[in-house]
Amino acid sequence: MKKLLTITTALALLGAVPYSVQASPESDQKTFREHFYKRFPDTSKDDFVNGVYSIDSASREQWEEIEEFPPYELNIEKGKSLFNTPFKNGKTYASCFENDGIGIAQNYPYYDTKSGQVKTLELEINECRTANGEEPLKYAKGALADISAYMHYTSRGNVIDVEIPNDPGAQAAYESGKRHFFAKRGQLNMSCADCHVYNPGNKVRADILSPALGHVSHFPVYRSKWGGLGTLHRRYGGCNKQVRSKPFKPQSEEYRNLQYFHSYMSNGLEMNGPGARK
Amino acid sequence: MRQSASMISTVASAAVLMGTLAIMPATTSAAEEMTVIEQGKELAYDRKLGNCLACHQVGEGSLPGNIGPPLVAMKARFPDRAKLRAQIWDSTASNPNSIMPPFGKYKIVSEDDIDKIVEYIYTL
Ligand code: HEC
Ligand code: HEC
Repeated sequence: MKKLLTITTALALLGAVPYSVQASPESDQKTFREHFYKRFPDTSKDDFVNGVYSIDSASREQWEEIEEFPPYELNIEKGKSLFNTPFKNGKTYASCFENDGIGIAQNYPYYDTKSGQVKTLELEINECRTANGEEPLKYAKGALADISAYMHYTSRGNVIDVEIPNDPGAQAAYESGKRHFFAKRGQLNMSCADCHVYNPGNKVRADILSPALGHVSHFPVYRSKWGGLGTLHRRYGGCNKQVRSKPFKPQSEEYRNLQYFHSYMSNGLEMNGPGARK
Repeated sequence: MRQSASMISTVASAAVLMGTLAIMPATTSAAEEMTVIEQGKELAYDRKLGNCLACHQVGEGSLPGNIGPPLVAMKARFPDRAKLRAQIWDSTASNPNSIMPPFGKYKIVSEDDIDKIVEYIYTL
């Protein structure tokens, strides 16, 4: 009964009114965080970046052992070497990014006023390739995920700093991501929030659900289930499929907007990617 | 048409014959031999159909989730069986924000199968 009450209160704050009342991103962010702080008073605020391990001490130990010999180490090395290999025209990835691409992942995604869309790091890795006459890479896994893993690795410890500028396009992108996050979807009729806002800590069968706060900090992620590294949008697709909803394409506008909202909620937390998960 | 119908009836009578002749009931594995309650249990446990164990403790099913309340004492909690069916058919009618899938409304399982699931759940 008590649990139901808390859920209802949270819904009133977050889910039930996401479209009618247009709360500002700042106030959304505050409500979002307070919800998790209250639900997990024993988790330190900085620890939410560790996903399910921030709220479940039993699985945390196993995970800490895994992190001693990280399964993604090879991916970082591959990514670094790809990153530093010049294109046919002699230029490198570094030439496309601020600070030569080092330690910048915390500023993504951002709203690009010129193109009027949300840009992610992965999207810009491919834009860099095509601008230099190379073929784009696949977005869910493989070489692009490796490069992203390396770039994220150089950003470890930096604080997530996603901006929603006072621009109608940026606000609309944010609202669209927020809508995706809270809307029921698929034949099973569940929202992202159903699992990761209202039920973190609870079990779906044997899986403990992670809190959405801190979700984006450690991507790309090495998952034992995947037997490899995958990007955040690969995960989005998997979570859409679980509820029998047709997944969107990685780097589709829909997922970039979702990432915009999702990342903004975690502003101020430290980047700790790449990560390892079940 | 007639031929295939007679074939079916032959097969069916053969099955009946075998059923009556069999020494041990366990050797007849046809679905018809399962009680409705047993069928309901299978449907409730099936990951692609009811998958109730994802969220509920249901009988002795292994590794139950705990998003929803344990399904126990159902007769006491649902003296009106129709209310139980309604909860499974469309959980969002009583709670629009319910995470429980609307099994009937969204045709996740058939009407017949919902009846069977109700039969089973009502024994818990
Ligand atoms: C049916 C429940 C369910 C729904 C709905 C759902 N997820 Fe998940 N999600 C899971 C489970 C189970 C996992 C794996 C355990 C965990 O880390 O939470 C997971 C994992 C994740 C992760 C990885 C967490 C980490 O620490 O690496 C992200 C990110 C995520 N989900 C985002 C989403 C988004 C965004 C949506 C909506 C588009 C969504 N999920 C919808 C069940 C769900
Ligand atoms: C994704 C989670 C989920 C799944 C799957 C699920 N339920 Fe539920 N169920 C819930 C939640 C949460 C509640 C609490 C009330 C509400 O929110 O609707 C509930 C409530 C119920 C209730 C009412 C219990 C009471 O005492 O009030 C019954 C009965 C029930 N579920 C039966 C089932 C059956 C049968 C199935 C499978 C065919 C099933 N549920 C599948 C989440 C789920």
